[in-house]
Amino acid sequence: MTDVTGTNGELVTADGRPLRASLARALRRQKLQALLLVAPLFLFILVSFVLPIADMLFRSVENSIVAKVLPETTTALRSWDPQGDALPGEEVYAALYRDMLIAAKNRTATRVGQRLNYESSGFSSLFRSSARKVKRIKAGPYKPAMIKAHKKWGKLETWQVIANYNARYTPGYFYAAVDARIDTDGGVTMQDEDKRIYVNLFLRTLGLSLTITLATLVLGFPAAYLLALLPTAKSNLLLILVLLPFWTSLLVRTTAWIALLQQQGVINEFLVFLSIVGTDDRPRLIHNQVGTVIAMTHILLPFMVLPLYSVMKTIPKSYVRAAISLGAHPWRAFWAVYFPSTVPGIGAGAILVFILAIGYYITPDLVGGTSGTFISNRIALHISSSLNWGLAAALGVILLGIVLALYLLYDKIVGIDNMKLG
Amino acid sequence: MAAFPPYTSIPERIWHYAFRVICGCIFFFLIFPLVVVVPLSFNAVPFFTFTQEMLTFDPAGYSLKWYEDFFTNVNWQGAVQNSVIIAVFATLLSTTLGTVAALGLSRPNLPFKTLLMSVLISPMIVPLIISAAGMFFFYSRIGLQGTHVGVILAHAALGTPFVVITVTATLVGFDNSLIRAATGLGASPTTTFFKVIVPLILPGVISGALFAFITSFDEVVVVLFVGSFKQRTIPWQMFSGIREHISPTILAVATILVLVSIALLVTVELLRRRGERLRGVQST
Amino acid sequence: MRLAAKTLLALTTAGALAALATAAPAQELVVVSWGGAYSKSQQNAYHDPYMQANPGVKIVNDDSAPEAVSKLRAMNEVKNVTWDLVDAVASDAIRLCDEGLAEPINHDEVLAPAPDGSPASKDFGAFIVSECFIPQIVYSTTFGYRKDKLATAPTSVCDVFDLKKFPGKRSLEKKPINNFEWALLCDGVAPDKIYDVMGADGGVDRALKKLDTIKDQVIWWTKGAQTPQLLADGEVVIGSTYNGRLFSVIEEEKQPIGMLWDWQVFDIDGWIIPAGTKNLEAVKKYLRYATDTQRLADQAKYISYGPTRASSAPLVGKHATLGIDMKAHMPTDPKNAKTTLLYNYEFWADNQDDFTERFEAWLAK
Repeated sequence: MTDVTGTNGELVTADGRPLRASLARALRRQKLQALLLVAPLFLFILVSFVLPIADMLFRSVENSIVAKVLPETTTALRSWDPQGDALPGEEVYAALYRDMLIAAKNRTATRVGQRLNYESSGFSSLFRSSARKVKRIKAGPYKPAMIKAHKKWGKLETWQVIANYNARYTPGYFYAAVDARIDTDGGVTMQDEDKRIYVNLFLRTLGLSLTITLATLVLGFPAAYLLALLPTAKSNLLLILVLLPFWTSLLVRTTAWIALLQQQGVINEFLVFLSIVGTDDRPRLIHNQVGTVIAMTHILLPFMVLPLYSVMKTIPKSYVRAAISLGAHPWRAFWAVYFPSTVPGIGAGAILVFILAIGYYITPDLVGGTSGTFISNRIALHISSSLNWGLAAALGVILLGIVLALYLLYDKIVGIDNMKLG
Repeated sequence: MAAFPPYTSIPERIWHYAFRVICGCIFFFLIFPLVVVVPLSFNAVPFFTFTQEMLTFDPAGYSLKWYEDFFTNVNWQGAVQNSVIIAVFATLLSTTLGTVAALGLSRPNLPFKTLLMSVLISPMIVPLIISAAGMFFFYSRIGLQGTHVGVILAHAALGTPFVVITVTATLVGFDNSLIRAATGLGASPTTTFFKVIVPLILPGVISGALFAFITSFDEVVVVLFVGSFKQRTIPWQMFSGIREHISPTILAVATILVLVSIALLVTVELLRRRGERLRGVQST
Repeated sequence: MRLAAKTLLALTTAGALAALATAAPAQELVVVSWGGAYSKSQQNAYHDPYMQANPGVKIVNDDSAPEAVSKLRAMNEVKNVTWDLVDAVASDAIRLCDEGLAEPINHDEVLAPAPDGSPASKDFGAFIVSECFIPQIVYSTTFGYRKDKLATAPTSVCDVFDLKKFPGKRSLEKKPINNFEWALLCDGVAPDKIYDVMGADGGVDRALKKLDTIKDQVIWWTKGAQTPQLLADGEVVIGSTYNGRLFSVIEEEKQPIGMLWDWQVFDIDGWIIPAGTKNLEAVKKYLRYATDTQRLADQAKYISYGPTRASSAPLVGKHATLGIDMKAHMPTDPKNAKTTLLYNYEFWADNQDDFTERFEAWLAK
């Protein structure tokens, strides 16, 4: 320690260091300590959770397969004008021949075929059969030989698709996720009307989530109000009726709704028993939007009641009484005095329910049928059965974007620090 | 509760009862689905509805065979074993990491607090299908897909936000002068931690751990992707059962799970009250 | 109480660790299949007798076949293949083979010849659709109907489209495959021209227009178990599903349901060996046993799918528990197979993505 002195009258600590520096050091040490405590979990979440998601979402733009399997062809294609109306020259076909020869040996040709088949039907068989036939081509010129192997190599459109989708990164999956596509001339157009799915699916997901949120609010508000009105001993007892579903497995609750709602289920049998409906025209309550809305409203209701209740119990009852004793009608007193104070609770509950609803997968899958499924179900389908992982990732990015925007809103209104459980 | 003040008008009295009836219906809606699976799980025939025999309380209408199936079926028993193993290890991991992090998060001078908190909470916010898909690809790449370790790590990540939130909440009322007092009286940091901090935050830690446990125990989307048949858990088995052919064994499992959640709920509730008493917080 | 909690924790940890470190037998083969009755038939016909004859081998079932293609792809990205044998439908097998995810095999070398000495490739014949594919069974997608709820029994697949004569709900698979074929067929397209018409401009529109005529009466299914359930519950009067599912709901559960074999669509299911398996030789040894003439015929005792070996057909006997002669229930039985289509793998590999999008958009309308 060389800078010991307090020459200008600065305060020094017992060991002779300036107090200001000493305090700053202590503060730094405290900050470091706090960070060190958080670090293990932060790193764990980063590696086991954030990184995997980032890695998956990266697939939404990643497109190296075309350039990797057809390196010479993509290089040779650069000098060809996709907007013109002439086929590429012999050197492109020769490059294609050499690429295909290697691809056939490495069994990578169909991968490219499948990738391009997402953009234009027919590429799958084009690459599969070309990979088989290319071994039989002995000598050039390769242009007629390749066209003889498969007539699609002589089509302008084939080459335009390869030229449009050979970059290492592509916005193509995002276009597909909003029902658009890259046109053969390189511009972006909307998908044909009879092939538009995703915009409607996003709208349906948002619409159903909104319906569910409103339903939980309509049911949750009176329930929370009653809980707040009752004395603590009684409200704690009633609170158990809210907390028990909250703690019960999602699958148990979904199963219960299947048992209740299906055609031969408890509710329909009861309606038939009461002769409200005939046994042959039982209403369809499951495998459609009705089923999704009912089951999800039930599942998410506790997430609305709990934040509402925690806000309502802090509102002094004397406010409403004061308003009434000042002559306000009880309804008016409620609307003008009580209700405004519950708005933070409504906001917190509504956003929480909406965030949870929009990403639901299991319940819509089991009770949603054709019309009551969500965007998550589509993502799962693309990952496990159609194997269009890029499109799944692009849909995932959009969904995640919506959720994060809502999360920021939640943080603004409630603050994550104030999130409470149970 | 029907003791109205004398000035209450008749419409107000009607409203008073109507409101209670409405609320009764809402609470009925909340609890009825859980109650209804219990009798149905004792059905003697493989239907999801009350038979004539059941309604007349004829013993022939009831049977324990679905429970028998659950306790003897190799697939279900394997699922129970996997569920417990995975949930226990995931809980240990997330509770340890989450508690330590919560201690850091509640220090008054932690830099980048909002950013850190957002990242730590993210497993609770990100839609499960996205988490599951991301983990599926990534864990495959590092050879953890289809292993118990992979599912445990994934579930631990999903459980940590709950631990962080509950432990941080217990630390809100924490009096830092207690630590200074302990240090001043000559206690080592380790002694202070175990003799002063731990007893005070323990209720929060345990309820956080229970949350983490139930998160793993109930989780199905991630285990479907990150797990393989060897890691099948109870929810996995239920999910494939419901999709394929819905047998009343699932209702028997559901009934058992309802009992498990009642036990957990009671524990958490008792802990919460004890914690509030210890920290001297007024009961809310 | 604290002591109890600690003991409990220690016990669970110890138990869990013990369970994690299960002692491995001499050789474990992980066989991936579809679960349910189908896996049970394989267990009875192949796995159990094989393990009895080879005590050093343990066959472990993994019911992951529905996700097999995506999981194999992911496993292959890291070259960490933990499966030894995978049950796959032919279209998936072709795809896996093309991508290098399945091991190509020499059928005559690996598989047993027929009892009369003719080589395996001849015995399986056209069912070997790919050099990686080892055929097992032929199954078909066809219709079942409620005998008691229809005035007359349907005789033609086109009766599905006839709401006047056969009123009531129908169930169809939520996929363009098969439905488009049947729609075009019933719209007057000659059976051998179906794919030409479907692939040409306006073909899909024509199929969808035909499906439009019954759209509001259709319940769409995604799992093979749904149609039998819907038929048994009386929710639909006619519906498509796999023939084996219909067999069990008719013969085992004794429901009043009839079979309509007209224009059933054949598909093949079989084995592939994942490229990179660590037990290649052991798997080949198992396969030689499990796909021989007798074993394939044995499987038909437990489930009503037809063996793919020509030499197995005469050996098909009675159902193991019901005692019914299974020959009459094989989709390949001449009486049932008067009019059939075979799944067109090449055509659907090209058009599945595109047609599915159009089909989904049509459904949402």
